[in-house]
Amino acid sequence: MNEIVEPPPPQKLAGPPPPQRLAGPPLWEVFIRGRRGLSHVHAGSLHAPDAEMALRNARDVYTRRGEGVSIWVVPSVAICASSPDEKDPFFAPAADKVYRHPTFYTLPEEVRQM
Amino acid sequence: MAERDHLEPGEQSPALARRFDEMLAEDDRIEPRDWMPDAYRATLIRQIAQHAHSEIIGMQPEANWITRAPSLRRKAILMAKVQDEAGHGLYLYGAAETLGVDRRDLLELLNTRKQRYSSIFNYPTTSWADVGAIGWLVDGAAITNQVPLCRCSYGPYARAMVRICKEESFHQRQGFDLLLTLSKGTAEQHAMAQDAVNRWWWPSLMMFGPPDDQSPNSAQSMAWGIKRFSNDELRQKFVDMTVPQADVLGLSLPDPELTLDGQTGHYRFGPIDWDEFARVLKGGGPCNEQRIAHRVKAHDEGEWVRQAAAAHAAKHAPVRALKPATEAVA
Ligand SMILES: [Fe+2]
Ligand SMILES: [Fe+2]
Repeated sequence: MNEIVEPPPPQKLAGPPPPQRLAGPPLWEVFIRGRRGLSHVHAGSLHAPDAEMALRNARDVYTRRGEGVSIWVVPSVAICASSPDEKDPFFAPAADKVYRHPTFYTLPEEVRQM
Repeated sequence: MAERDHLEPGEQSPALARRFDEMLAEDDRIEPRDWMPDAYRATLIRQIAQHAHSEIIGMQPEANWITRAPSLRRKAILMAKVQDEAGHGLYLYGAAETLGVDRRDLLELLNTRKQRYSSIFNYPTTSWADVGAIGWLVDGAAITNQVPLCRCSYGPYARAMVRICKEESFHQRQGFDLLLTLSKGTAEQHAMAQDAVNRWWWPSLMMFGPPDDQSPNSAQSMAWGIKRFSNDELRQKFVDMTVPQADVLGLSLPDPELTLDGQTGHYRFGPIDWDEFARVLKGGGPCNEQRIAHRVKAHDEGEWVRQAAAAHAAKHAPVRALKPATEAVA
């Protein structure tokens, strides 16, 4: 077990742009399915005024060499993220349950395959 | 994900600072919402922004030849390459934004000359062979610089570099292929290739930055895992790789002092004109004015497109919001 780290201060997220300035085109997160049978994987982000443009831009920016057969674009503001600290207690319940892994169990020699 | 979220710069906590140092020591990656020292953040913003600026300004010298490419095949290749450079700029501006800056502000800093781009792009492309020399030498030098950045301590920058490096190898090869064709062509074509290499060789060596003893920020960047090799180490690596390739091309490099040192196995090369480097960096290169003027013009002329896209989005936004999801996506 790692030493217990001090919990991070409450997250302050990037606020809205200053009021005197027009907001630029929103940010989108791009997810790409490399080929059929695989799940969509985060590829990066881009700016676009709407979902349609975001899809077109994502095609041009992230799939110029056939890297994808399907694209999702998600407004970045719609994503809820866990705490950035991966040693955070949030993930602690998974750390001490070794019996969840098959390697925890020793099988008798006679069992050839399981 | 949601890589824009971040702790406010300047927030301090000794425990978080310790975590940061531990992660660097373990060669772990720093991610956008991790705590990081202000100076680390500022250094990355400046470096990534200037890298992004270099990618998009770098489109200009080559795009200069798109309309005059000697064949449809070469034209298609060159367009693909220039389009890639735009993409590289976008990956990098995206990586910079994860540090809490706005791409529009970075472009403003470029347009008002408050941030720099690689000084190599302030040289003109005076012949078709320059397209080959840029691919072979300039992209070659860029690759040498960029491959170690794939292991940079800052996750989004490293990921952008992985993507970029994959694409760069085509850039270098098409340049080599172009030069080889010219070199083996008519005497006039051969001379054109040689002239281009003569002009691009020294500026390419300058791309690695000042010598180690005159590069005050390098040590800190190394300690932060942003930089993995020194300027001189990378320059030497590039020279060692490139000299044998020049032989294959049947072209010479414009340095009478270039010799293989049997003891070290490295090529020794002549002195670099650092005065020229400083002069071009400060704005005194042949094309500094032209590059920025063109960049500002393109930005201003694109304003109506940005406005139209925003207006279109605003007009259709309510309709889209009402449309139910038609499929489970995952
Ligand atoms: Fe590039
Ligand atoms: Fe390139």
